[in-house]
Amino acid sequence: MTLLQVEALDVRHGLLQAVRQVSFELGEGETLALVGANGAGKTTLLRALAGAHRPAGGRILFDGEDITAVPAHRRVRRGIALVPEGRRLFPGLTVEENLRVAAGAGRTGPWNVESVVAAFPILAPLLGQRAASLSGGEQQATAIGRALMTNPRLLLLDEVSLGLAPVAVAGVYRSLATLIEGGATIVLVEQDLARGMAVASRLACMLEGRIVLAGAAGELSREQVTEAYFGLGKAASA
Amino acid sequence: MTWVAAVVHGILLGGVYALLATGLSLMFGVMRIINLAHGSLALVGAYMAFLLVDHLGISTYLSLAVVLPGALVVGYALQVTMLERSLRAGELVPLLTTFGLLIVIANLLQYFFSSDVHSLPAGRIGPASWHVSSAVTIPWFDALTLGLAIFVLGLLEFLLRRTQLGRELRATAEDADTAELVGVDARRVYARATAIAVATAALAGVFYAMRSSFDPSAGPAELIYAFEAVVIGGMGSLWGTLAGGIVLGIAQNVGTEINTEYFALSGHVVFLAILVCRAALGSGRVRLRLPRGAVS
Repeated sequence: MTLLQVEALDVRHGLLQAVRQVSFELGEGETLALVGANGAGKTTLLRALAGAHRPAGGRILFDGEDITAVPAHRRVRRGIALVPEGRRLFPGLTVEENLRVAAGAGRTGPWNVESVVAAFPILAPLLGQRAASLSGGEQQATAIGRALMTNPRLLLLDEVSLGLAPVAVAGVYRSLATLIEGGATIVLVEQDLARGMAVASRLACMLEGRIVLAGAAGELSREQVTEAYFGLGKAASA
Repeated sequence: MTWVAAVVHGILLGGVYALLATGLSLMFGVMRIINLAHGSLALVGAYMAFLLVDHLGISTYLSLAVVLPGALVVGYALQVTMLERSLRAGELVPLLTTFGLLIVIANLLQYFFSSDVHSLPAGRIGPASWHVSSAVTIPWFDALTLGLAIFVLGLLEFLLRRTQLGRELRATAEDADTAELVGVDARRVYARATAIAVATAALAGVFYAMRSSFDPSAGPAELIYAFEAVVIGGMGSLWGTLAGGIVLGIAQNVGTEINTEYFALSGHVVFLAILVCRAALGSGRVRLRLPRGAVS
């Protein structure tokens, strides 16, 4: 069943068109890795899906309903949650408060403070600690936990490995693998090709605001993706 | 002994200023709005109570049962219809908007109530006092006002620290865009913050009007004292506001002991001295984050 449908989406930053005519569909339980170089438009696309950027054209349909003009906080209530680039925690709030503030979205489901701590045991001793004092890996676990607290149907993850130590990245991806095995629907923005291809069921490569290559992760070769990533080969689309 | 009395009365007077300044501090902490109409909104609360007391003959304390819900509605509507738009237009626009609101309120009050001076009855508690010694007496009403200020600040801290609305207020104060991305409706949070701020202003206005006389032009004077209390205590800090109010109250009463004409002047001098000292010590940075300030 199609959960997310994006049709000819355009997003602008002032005069700069960051996303151009992007279209794709995502079924429930699928994981899509959006890969591409810096400035390819991945983050802008993800933020447009979350409602943080208003599209200049095109449509976003979620569960069959047009949500293009729906504001960000209402999209969260419909089941879309974003883990933003740079984590963007509330630094003056404790870890527990960061988690609980997201519970106000009012969606019911399996995720609460206890289940988030069970999924990210690293957070157990940190619940009373201010977010500003956390390490990068701890912040990322809190940011993912905060998004899960909204009990999302679609989880948008932006550069979860950025700025983290390799050990922390491995920890975050182990947790993601567990979420994916549990049937979560995820759109993952990742600059690390190998990691993106390892966890995703589908992959889309962006270049200069467009999707230039898309397909099932297992069917695309590393060479095809690398060529599309750097804009070396002939652009392909699925 | 008169100096001791001046300090004691200054502390009690600080309760009035803290009550006045609480809403100002809250609005600045959450939305970065310096509400120049805050004193005038306090005055609106006083006039609402005056209407009820004058026409229905009820006690001033009972009138709060109508004034406070009314002020909540006024605050919510003010944010949704006026301040929200100005916030979108830039940092300085809310300042100009609230300045305009100050003038409009003063003129409307003048139109409907004339420039007559009024005061609200404080009931039996008004003239009662506790004689601590031959020189020091504590008026019950002033003690009640200080107690109320502490209660309101405690209630606000409980709200900010222990409730979902409080977490949403603090999250929105830190990063409104990210708060939206975790499901918080920042516009509704702002409207609730303004509603609470206006209700505390109205409460302060009613108590101010029971303590001294008021007329339609009293708003800016109330604003100045509230503003000084907020700045002395640290912008956006709730308990700092109480400390700021007490410092201001003590300064004014001690100034009066020196010369009866120094009441307002001594408060302003202490306010300026604290500003200069902070700047000189390099610690004059304004505290913008509500959560740190709110619990400090």
